[in-house]
Amino acid sequence: MPETAASALAEQFATPGQQEEAATLGIWAFLSTEILFFGGLFLSYGIYRVTYHNGFAEGSRHLYFWIGTINTFVLLTSSLFMALAVHAIQDGNAKRLRAFLLATFVFGATFLGLKLLEYYLDTGDHLVPWYNFQPNEYSHPYAVKMFLFLYFAMTGLHAVHMTVGLTALTYLYIKARKNTYTESYHTPVKVIGLYWHFVDIVWVFLYPMLYLIGK
Amino acid sequence: MSAATFIEESPTGVEPPRHPKQPDYLHDGYGLKSWLTTHDHKRIGILYLIAITFFFLIGGIAATLMRIELVTPNTDLVTSETYNKLFTLHGVTMVWFFLIPSIPSVLGNFLIPMMIGAKDVAFPRLNLLSWYIFILGGCFTLYSLIAGGVDTGWTFYTPYSTVYSNGHVLAMAAGIFITGFSSIFTGLNFIVTIHTMRAPGMHWFRLPLFVWSMYATSLILVLATPVLAITLALMAVERFTGVGVFNPSMGGDPLLFQHLFWFYSHPAVYIMILPGMGVVSELIACFSRKRIFGYKFVAFASLAIAILGFIVWGHHLFVASQSIYAGLVFSILSFLVSVPSAIKVFNWTATLYKGRIFFHTPMLYALGFIGLFTIGGLSGLALATLAIDMHVHGTYFVIAHFHYIMVGGMLMAYLGGIHFWWPKISGRMYNEKLAQFSAAVIFVGFNLTFFPQFILGYLGMPRRYPAYPPEWQVFHVLSSAGASVLAVGYAIPLCYLIWSFFFGRPAPQNPWNASGLEWTHALSPPIRTNFEEIPIVTKEAYDYPYPETPNRA
Amino acid sequence: MNLLAFDLPFVPKQASAQAGQVDAIFFAITVLSALLCVLLFVAITYCLIRYRSKSNADRTMSMAGHNLVEVVWSVIPMLIFIGLFIWGAIVYVEARNPPKNALTVYVVGLQWYWDIEHEEGPHEIGELHVPLNQPVRLVMTSQDVIHDFYVPAFRTKMDVVPGKYTEEWFTPIEPGRFRVFCNQYCGTKHGQMTAWIDVMKPQDYQAWLVGAGANTESIVQTGARLFRAHNCSSCHDDNSQVAAPDLHNIYGRQVPLSDGTFVTADDEYLRDSILTPAAQVVAGYKSIMPVYKGQISEPDIMAIIAYIKSLTPTPSASRPTSNQP
Repeated sequence: MPETAASALAEQFATPGQQEEAATLGIWAFLSTEILFFGGLFLSYGIYRVTYHNGFAEGSRHLYFWIGTINTFVLLTSSLFMALAVHAIQDGNAKRLRAFLLATFVFGATFLGLKLLEYYLDTGDHLVPWYNFQPNEYSHPYAVKMFLFLYFAMTGLHAVHMTVGLTALTYLYIKARKNTYTESYHTPVKVIGLYWHFVDIVWVFLYPMLYLIGK
Repeated sequence: MSAATFIEESPTGVEPPRHPKQPDYLHDGYGLKSWLTTHDHKRIGILYLIAITFFFLIGGIAATLMRIELVTPNTDLVTSETYNKLFTLHGVTMVWFFLIPSIPSVLGNFLIPMMIGAKDVAFPRLNLLSWYIFILGGCFTLYSLIAGGVDTGWTFYTPYSTVYSNGHVLAMAAGIFITGFSSIFTGLNFIVTIHTMRAPGMHWFRLPLFVWSMYATSLILVLATPVLAITLALMAVERFTGVGVFNPSMGGDPLLFQHLFWFYSHPAVYIMILPGMGVVSELIACFSRKRIFGYKFVAFASLAIAILGFIVWGHHLFVASQSIYAGLVFSILSFLVSVPSAIKVFNWTATLYKGRIFFHTPMLYALGFIGLFTIGGLSGLALATLAIDMHVHGTYFVIAHFHYIMVGGMLMAYLGGIHFWWPKISGRMYNEKLAQFSAAVIFVGFNLTFFPQFILGYLGMPRRYPAYPPEWQVFHVLSSAGASVLAVGYAIPLCYLIWSFFFGRPAPQNPWNASGLEWTHALSPPIRTNFEEIPIVTKEAYDYPYPETPNRA
Repeated sequence: MNLLAFDLPFVPKQASAQAGQVDAIFFAITVLSALLCVLLFVAITYCLIRYRSKSNADRTMSMAGHNLVEVVWSVIPMLIFIGLFIWGAIVYVEARNPPKNALTVYVVGLQWYWDIEHEEGPHEIGELHVPLNQPVRLVMTSQDVIHDFYVPAFRTKMDVVPGKYTEEWFTPIEPGRFRVFCNQYCGTKHGQMTAWIDVMKPQDYQAWLVGAGANTESIVQTGARLFRAHNCSSCHDDNSQVAAPDLHNIYGRQVPLSDGTFVTADDEYLRDSILTPAAQVVAGYKSIMPVYKGQISEPDIMAIIAYIKSLTPTPSASRPTSNQP
């Protein structure tokens, strides 16, 4: 990645504006791919939620509602910091950019930490469908098992995306410390910011689907 | 080789300098490393060309073995188990490692930046990464082949693939999953490139129709491929862990897999045919010396196909216990998606009218495409008809139908495109007479191979059978005989094209006197950045000036 | 209605009432397609010859497009397509809805053979005997993977899917032996999963029934035996102490469920209730029935359902809802 705004223009582009337009369109196209990637899971969830209405609600009641709720707030807060980070560099304030990136990272990492804790507790509760699931404890064992499978698949895929996001944030932070981004050149911040918000929005859908349907 | 190889008429565009300051892209850096680390879209196109040719050979060998096995009604050359692995290998390599990347990744990569007047694609490093992802996916697939093969068929229907199959399903699914991201990134790159990298004056309606069709293709690549990825991932997880959403013995629905699979795989059919239509539009225009009839209709037909293609997947499930009402809806939609295809065929025909027609090799392939695609498309109408599908679904009728589209259509267009742009790619000419001869061989061999399969299908011959009732042998023998002709037809171009790459006569900049920017403004072969300076476009596509003028030859 | 009651070349024998109708549509599409191909190829050939590069043909007034022409060649095919769709749909809808008087045969697909049970008793493997001119309804499921019951001479097929019942019906109109293929890839010996259908004159069929069914119990008797063997009777019998729903007169009726909804007690519901009882519990009962998933084979479940069906005296007016998702 080029180090300064002047050399940041790649060979194939004629103007910095063209380059930024390409990057922005690229990330939106990528996010539309991501929507359909998650879409397969959301569709499976939707179909079986209708088929096994009560079983899914039963399964939902076995999840850690409080962790899911706290995590929702944690992740929304991290998204706020991400938005502030983009805002800061648009004003040319590299110092605040670094601070907000760090805050985003901390909240994102907290989310992942809590998620891992939840997985650990889930395992202790015999909720892992391919490992220690106890069908006899439930009145809808097959439906609960499928719910838990989808729970792990969806939150697991989300966690993978979070990990990618945290890696990207680390990259941004390192670059930001070298003062790579300026008021006129900060496309990577915007692009990774969009990705981060997308991962956040996915969780906004996952939270009610997984934690609230049994309430 | 005679001078008739070239269309010797006055040039249609501006001649660039004869003595460029830069070396051409083939000589801009030497050695393996310069190729494997290249960001040049043209070199990446060549890398794809080599890779997919390799996979085409593997898929072709599998097909050959199957056709030899089917010469006799009994299972004698290979066991049932091997036969099942052969058709799986044939399907997987041909669909994901040859047809889907063929025109998009080879010709699309090579041509799109040049056609729109750009130095490269928008994300050259991502472009190279796509190739490496493709190779990585290919390695997984090859591993599953070497480790003993997979016998699920390329469709991976559950619960066979998740519970009952003993093959290396995980490795092959991983290979396809990984390769899917190569498709996604290529499609993404093309969308962004076409949107943002067009040269000054290159309006949307000045774009060559190849670019329009690649744009439509890219939309499908970006929006359909992720669904395949998640579906195969769910299938693999279910196979690996024993829990999942498709297993009926655990409350799952195997039909859900089929819906998700075909939600990708039907649009994937259009990934395979739309680029071919784009190539044929270029060839017909060039060798008729005429603007394509109804340019906007042909352009929008590509988009219509891409969009409608997303809502017809259910016609693969007419007899899969899908509801009758769903069957009715998907049937009518399937009829409607054939309208834009018909529009294209009619417009190509109308383009020939009052043109000035040259019969060079690419044109022969284009004409072959129109004929075979028409037959394939019309047989698709029979399949979209619910009552007939109840009879011929899953039989050789379907096999014949989609091979007319995929091989008769896409492969013809691919070969036509390779021949058309070969002077640009390699800077060399091939032997025109030999090329015309091999085009004819392929045409004859193709029809002999696949036409009998229509008859077999209507007689009731099911797919994926290594053995069959003896009364059908005559059609199988015809088909196998045709396959051997077809194999010869493919071998000839492979030989003379490789020969010409090293020893062929140097090609002029515009041997066909064609109108695209890649011919009028770039040398053969082009320099690394395609153009000495970015062209400014002032004319429509296919600006052939003289269909009305009397013959000057 | 049989529009094409004669033998065509390259067409299998028309051995069912539906076969002629399918062939008629196919014939129509083939003629239309051939016509279009000839027109198109003649037009192309004409252009290729007349406007070859060396010819001096008149090329003035050439056009780069014409909106009216585009509309014409879009709309006319579309109208033809809609006509074909309607024709095909009519035949298809009929072919998916068996008549009330159809003879029911239970078919289970297994790797790699067909297990066939007649309502009257005979049990066959790889061979199905049916009477001439009598509508026959196959109720099908699979013990393992997806299969497909395909009879080319009858022009019909339907996937046989594990975990649900699908159905297929036909009226044989030709006596003789006809091939059955498994038409959905099902594993190593998929290519050997074939069977025969024997279409017999009614009197021959009766004779065969007596001979084949002499030393077997009917499917209802089998079901009754299994009903006791799996201890269903200890709860569901009239004089049982345990509160379980009475199974008399329930087949084809609306049943209230504990979540307030209603469900039709068809084959599919009965099957689900045996395998995973807790999913849809009848209102007023506790969910205490054991799960039979993995305990009973598919043919046995079919027999038990046939027995439960026999507890509802009048011929059932409802069909299994095989087309439910």
